Amino acid sequence: MKRHAVSTRLWHWLNFACLVILFMSGLNISNAHKRLYWGEWGFEPGQAWLIVPKFPGWTTIPGHYSLADARLWHLAVAWPFALLLLFMWIAILVNGHFRRDLMTRRREWRWSAIRSDVAAHLRFEFDHGDAKFNFLQKLTYGLVLGVLLPGMIVTGLGISPGMEPLMRPVSELVGGRQSMRSLHFIFAWSLFGFLILHVALVLVSHPLRQMRDMITGGPRET
Amino acid sequence: MRRRGLIAGLGALVVGGCSKVADSGAGQAVLGSAERWHKAAQRLITGRDALATEFTRADISPSFRGNGSQTVGTPEYASALAGGFADWQLTVTGLVTHPLSLSLDNIRRLPQRTQITRHDCVEGWSAIGEWTGPQLATILRGAGLQPEARFVVFRCADVLDGAPYYESIDMIDAFHPQTIIAHRLNGEPLPERNGAPLRLRVERQLGYKHAKYLTGIEVVASLDTIGEGRGGYWEDRGYQWYAGA
Repeated sequence: MKRHAVSTRLWHWLNFACLVILFMSGLNISNAHKRLYWGEWGFEPGQAWLIVPKFPGWTTIPGHYSLADARLWHLAVAWPFALLLLFMWIAILVNGHFRRDLMTRRREWRWSAIRSDVAAHLRFEFDHGDAKFNFLQKLTYGLVLGVLLPGMIVTGLGISPGMEPLMRPVSELVGGRQSMRSLHFIFAWSLFGFLILHVALVLVSHPLRQMRDMITGGPRET
Repeated sequence: MRRRGLIAGLGALVVGGCSKVADSGAGQAVLGSAERWHKAAQRLITGRDALATEFTRADISPSFRGNGSQTVGTPEYASALAGGFADWQLTVTGLVTHPLSLSLDNIRRLPQRTQITRHDCVEGWSAIGEWTGPQLATILRGAGLQPEARFVVFRCADVLDGAPYYESIDMIDAFHPQTIIAHRLNGEPLPERNGAPLRLRVERQLGYKHAKYLTGIEVVASLDTIGEGRGGYWEDRGYQWYAGA
């Protein structure tokens, strides 16, 4: 199998570190107002679509409730997170990783192909021949790189009052600022869900080799 | 069970590491500098005078939450409220050529701006209301700025946890067309919990910048000697001075 490019490995771990800090400081920020709304405005329990539980100190940054410090972390780490994502997209478009490994082919979208892929996954068979990723992997990584990660940035900008004049069209598309905030929360938990799935699947398919390859790149090609 | 312990352990490690970084002077400086990047980037990308969205009457929320101080809570304020703030004065002092003391009547006679805007609290909630009042730019031009003027400080009647509330903005936001000294909300005189009789509206920043119960506008060259020196009540408690994000 092809080695992981150094740009991929660097981004993978730096992005992971950013996401951990953003997620944990985000949970602290969530504790400041534990309700989510749809639409432009919302401030009372009767207007909420979700009452969010209070997240305990061991899940948050900092480890005690501090909206001020959590915002300090969140808004600072948002910068490297966004710039690294931009870097990763340029890198995979330039080095061919996107075209070669991530782009799906038309034949992969055939119903029979998808069904056999799902069936293989359910049998815990993850061998996918010459290709780096199978269809379900491409779909998941595509969703993460193309929707959830950029979505975190767009919805984050969408709840910033200073960016309001520019973000207005996107905000209107989803129904307003409180919808943006709800989506920010949903995307964040979707990424957490991806992390659990990702780690679980690494654990059942040669975890040590996979960890080593994502650090060193993997065995040299001959 | 062991895995949960492991996750908790990792969590504690990250939290511990982060609090170490945040406690160190250099760490604090790096984290805090992000605020300046946000300010510079937002003003570069959107333009300094770009307007916050203005809504229609149909968009106004059924009520407007009051947060922070809900009243000034002194006997003097209670009697001023009962008397319709007939004797309330807003002073304009500091680096101005003509210091002013404006009554509510003076303020109502200035050219007015009415705007239906969304208020975004740092906690996360939003409400929409219709605000009316003169542009801060009108008042500052009337008083005349001295060349060293860099910030506008807002003095307030309310005291929160033993410290007087105050806020400040720079000249770019002070002269923004939507920056007004509001005396009406939804067509009525400003309610007590929303800052009667006067509050600042600085629409492209978070709610804590919108100082309530205004008693004075002070034009200064530096924020260092005011309060704890960080430009506002919540800023002195660790919040960003530029609250556009």
